[in-house]
Amino acid sequence: MQVRVLVRLKPGVLDPQGRAVHHALEGLGFAGVEDVRIGRLIELDVADGTDHATLTAMCEKLLANTVIESFTIEGLGEPEGTR
Amino acid sequence: MTFRAAVITFPGSNCDRDMAVALEQVSGAPAIRVWHGDAELPERLDLIALPGGFSYGDYLRSGAMAATSPIMRAVIAAASRGVPVLGVCNGFQVLAEARLLPGALLRNAGQRFICRSVTLTVENTDSLFTSAYVPGEQIRIPVAHHDGNYFADAETLDRLEGEGRVAFRYAEPCNGSARDIAGVLSANGRVLGMMPHPERAIEPAAVSTLGGSDGRRLFESIFTALASA
Repeated sequence: MQVRVLVRLKPGVLDPQGRAVHHALEGLGFAGVEDVRIGRLIELDVADGTDHATLTAMCEKLLANTVIESFTIEGLGEPEGTR
Repeated sequence: MTFRAAVITFPGSNCDRDMAVALEQVSGAPAIRVWHGDAELPERLDLIALPGGFSYGDYLRSGAMAATSPIMRAVIAAASRGVPVLGVCNGFQVLAEARLLPGALLRNAGQRFICRSVTLTVENTDSLFTSAYVPGEQIRIPVAHHDGNYFADAETLDRLEGEGRVAFRYAEPCNGSARDIAGVLSANGRVLGMMPHPERAIEPAAVSTLGGSDGRRLFESIFTALASA
């Protein structure tokens, strides 16, 4: 079972990396970029039936630092052809 | 009584030897070296030190992987029994990730790795780590980090300041840290995390290649407090 975890810095937490990329986009001539925030995408291949509580625990214990980051869990369902 | 300090080495630690040398110079007793994969700490420890470096290559977040290593379960248990713990630089990041200290260390606000001596103000001289300093004293200690930008929410910062848990502050803004915080204490005052490297400032200026001896009194504070306990 494929699962995606998106980890983002919480609003209000400074993202110097995002700020530098924002600046670079403007330097390339892309106008109208209001803000850039950089997060992390973690793709997990877990046993079928792994429940949401277990995935949440993985996020809280390791994948995200909830002091500074929030996370969302997206199930991608079964890979094509195996269902 | 022989002073018993353990220095934990994670894969990627690089200040573990400096930490052991500082502890031995001040206490006269060699530090016990402990590997991160060990599940148990030596008995009757007076201090556990988590050194600087880049444990696990800073994968995921600085200190995050080390915080899950087998020895950290033992460190957390020891800290809960009141065994003093000192975390410097990456050691501070590990303590924050292990939730032994509040807050987190973000990428430096200026994006750059900072490696130089900085001036710190000693904010709290009542702790077992800082009793040899004078309140408000300014000291010079080297920093060397990329992720030293201390973050905590306003409520936590207010609590830390109100409870006298800010041990050190940067005298001038250094890395974007909230309220210029350079080192914080746990609620019981027995865990200290700090980004600057006191173990790199333990020798008289005449022989020091790195920056004076202002860090030495941190180790003398610990040794004095525990030797007289």
